[in-house]
Amino acid sequence: MSQNILRLENITMQFGGVVAVDDLSLEVNEGEIVALIGPNGAGKTTAFNTITGVYEPTNGQVSFMGEPIVRNHPQGKMKQSYKGKEAEKFLSAPVLDPTPDKITKLGMARTFQNIRLWKSQSVFDNVLIAKHMLRTSNVFSATFRLNRAEEARQREEVMELLRIVGLEDVKDELATSLPYGKQRRLEIARALATEPKLLMLDEPAAGMNPQETDELTEFIGRIRDEFHMTILLIEHHMDLVMDISDRIYVIDFGELIATGTPDEIQNNQRVIDAYLGVEEDA
Amino acid sequence: MKKKTIGKEYLFTVVILLAALAVTMLLDSRLPGYHIVIKVIKKASVYSLVAVSMNLLNGFTGLFSLGQAGFMLLGAYSYAVLCIPVDKRAGVYQYFDGGVVKFSLPEVFAGFLGDKVGSAVGMILALLVGGVIAAFFAYLIGLPVLRLKSDYLAIATLGFAEIMRTIIQWNAIGPLTNASNLLRGYPDFGSATAYLLLIGVFIACIVLLVNSTYGRAFKAIRDDEVAAEAMGINLAHHKRLAFVISSFFAGIGGGMLAMYMGAVAAMSFKSSMTYEILLLVVIGGIGSITGSVMTSFLYIASLEWLLRGLDTGKFLGIEAPGLFKNGFRMAVISVIIMVVVLFFRKGIMGDRELPDLFRRRRKGGEKK
Amino acid sequence: MQGILPYLINGVSVGGQYALIAIGYTLVYGILRLINFAHGDVFMVAGLIMVYTTASMPMYISIPLVLIFTVILGFAIERLAYKPLRTAPRMSLMISAIGVSYLIQNLAFYLTGGLPQPVKTPIPWISDTVTLFGASTKRVTVVTPLLTVALVFVLVALIKKTKIGMGMRAAAKDFETAQLMGVKINSVISMTFVIGSFLAAVGAMLYFTNYPTVAITSGGMPGLKAFVAAVFGGIGSIPGAVVGAFLIGLCEEIIKGLGQSTFSDAFTFALLIIVLCVKPTGLFGEKVTDKV
Repeated sequence: MSQNILRLENITMQFGGVVAVDDLSLEVNEGEIVALIGPNGAGKTTAFNTITGVYEPTNGQVSFMGEPIVRNHPQGKMKQSYKGKEAEKFLSAPVLDPTPDKITKLGMARTFQNIRLWKSQSVFDNVLIAKHMLRTSNVFSATFRLNRAEEARQREEVMELLRIVGLEDVKDELATSLPYGKQRRLEIARALATEPKLLMLDEPAAGMNPQETDELTEFIGRIRDEFHMTILLIEHHMDLVMDISDRIYVIDFGELIATGTPDEIQNNQRVIDAYLGVEEDA
Repeated sequence: MKKKTIGKEYLFTVVILLAALAVTMLLDSRLPGYHIVIKVIKKASVYSLVAVSMNLLNGFTGLFSLGQAGFMLLGAYSYAVLCIPVDKRAGVYQYFDGGVVKFSLPEVFAGFLGDKVGSAVGMILALLVGGVIAAFFAYLIGLPVLRLKSDYLAIATLGFAEIMRTIIQWNAIGPLTNASNLLRGYPDFGSATAYLLLIGVFIACIVLLVNSTYGRAFKAIRDDEVAAEAMGINLAHHKRLAFVISSFFAGIGGGMLAMYMGAVAAMSFKSSMTYEILLLVVIGGIGSITGSVMTSFLYIASLEWLLRGLDTGKFLGIEAPGLFKNGFRMAVISVIIMVVVLFFRKGIMGDRELPDLFRRRRKGGEKK
Repeated sequence: MQGILPYLINGVSVGGQYALIAIGYTLVYGILRLINFAHGDVFMVAGLIMVYTTASMPMYISIPLVLIFTVILGFAIERLAYKPLRTAPRMSLMISAIGVSYLIQNLAFYLTGGLPQPVKTPIPWISDTVTLFGASTKRVTVVTPLLTVALVFVLVALIKKTKIGMGMRAAAKDFETAQLMGVKINSVISMTFVIGSFLAAVGAMLYFTNYPTVAITSGGMPGLKAFVAAVFGGIGSIPGAVVGAFLIGLCEEIIKGLGQSTFSDAFTFALLIIVLCVKPTGLFGEKVTDKV
């Protein structure tokens, strides 16, 4: 039995009167590639943002490697207007609301749907900056170069990473001058530089043509194998999802409507009704 | 700017900096201390430090703060209060019984290190104390204020500077600050070389910081805060760090400005001083330390020396007392500033530094 | 009570003057997201023009002239210093505003010879002394809040009812979409500056009636205070700016009434910082959330 990496329990996110994510529970185990899919506006990215600390969920708990890291229950005005389920479940446990950087430090790194690279930095520096959180130096030792060994080691690691993802030859280019597909790769490399246990990809194939998508599919598979990485991804491209996912969760209107292997999902009537049958033929 | 593998560009940079130092030493030995060139070098050095410290915050970390004058004020007063010679205190603090501070750092150190070395040590120590006090205040207000977004941050820090100015002039703390009266009589480094060296050391620290892992984290926050946070950079911590460090150097700069001016009054640390420095930073190029320094020297030299004629009737041999009268110089300078702001939006240097100028431009407009 | 009354009356009056300036800040901010640092200087220039025109011309010519010149100045600043930077980052725009402020002050210094200009022939009637609840004051103190409220009503009607007002509301909501929907964005922005400058000119005439001189730095503090008022009320909101301005005017005068005049400025800023820390977008400001 492989270890459980990520577990969501009853995650609910309500904005005003709108329930964007409704009682979502899911699990990701070590070494798996798990996909979260659903039609536009189903609440996928919102779910993602509650896991990574960008939003504080209205209710529910996120655990990472068995430890609860995010937890909340309806409070204040929300107590009255709360429309979700399980309002009582986490009432007695303390609220946990870490900032995104704390969550990344625990070992979860993410990419963004609309690529967010540091635009004035080179490819190399984009990856190197992600190493900042692993430093042992403080501001004095870093300023006066007492951290030479660490700096040299990190630069080495960044070079190695760039080599693996195939961006070695463009390392001095400005990050934003790269073609779209390579920017996606760079964002993934940047996330890997934080040495995560779980990689979270927010629509990695958004805006890609079929050929680029195929390359990306191959790339994600390679990342899993070479880094023994566990991956949670949100995606629209069904080819990619069906090719590489071990398990799939499908949500619609914030609610989980199906879960299973790619084969099971492809044959699930609810999913076909909600999504696949109309949108795209997988 | 020093690195283990010295490329040609770094060599050139070092040569230029040494040449500047040599010229200053030569001028120091030939010209009297009150000569305009010496004064220009002194004042421009001070402005360089203040501009670079502001650039660290506004340019490298992307935090739009307008509190610079407030932190300079703290540094200036700390320096003055700690350095006024004991026998002059009765005269300076004439309304406050000679004040509460009964010692003078340069004199304390002169006591056991000898006159020359001791005074210098005491003066530098007083500058550093000023920096630490400014940094301490930055630390205190940083927590609530740095959560604010761009314009709100700007106006809150501006407000802070105005509050400091009022408090310093408050009669109740007069025994310490001399309320709204001048502080004067404290010592100054006689030579421009001393200014240049001291400022050079401080700016070198900032350069080292900017190119360290922390500097890179600051730039990441500037470029994309959300991505920086997602990559494990603690925003609150790093913003505060940049704010405190910038204020530390602004405090030192304020102390040296006090030193240069010979007398200090809270009145002169108005928001217009912050604006003036901000314009220098922008014109030099946001995110370019070289730019800030170059512009400071250009600006001070034109203001105090080269364009003097515009105010006094005769400029470049043209006599036109009707046109070249009081205030024309500033009007000309502000027109030049507007031209740069509107037509050279990236400033003189963009985000390049001195070594970049000697480097062959490679494709893609990339940096080091 | 009798002792504090004149201060309260003054507070409402000063608040009215701040309100007239604050609207200029808030309107521009609402549309361009720009702190128009030059606005305080436009206010100062209006004061200077008043000094010069009233000294040489009859009132029925000089007052319209002040309004016209100030409006032209505001319009010109926008066209020359802000319009070229429409696509530039916001920081550039703000720096251009600081540059303009610097330029206006320096030009004014040059033209006036750097000396504060005495208000020799103040506008009659409003500078007469009247007695109100036993306190004697200039009539302008009473006129200001009334005029302010009247002008605000006209302005709100203008924004609610006219086509250009609709354009202003659309541009404030979403600049780019408004442009795509055929709102003539340049004329909307110009109109914003025209209105702002007009109100600043009115404010300047009322304000400087109470003061013996107009100096080139006279615009600084009232400008900053008015800006604080706008931020205080939630910048971008007209009611916010007006409420903020009256609050700040009153607080200031009450502090003066308590004998702490040195702290009236500091208090204003302290209040601002506290409000921002509790409500980061001011009293009536909209909450903004970053989209990830």
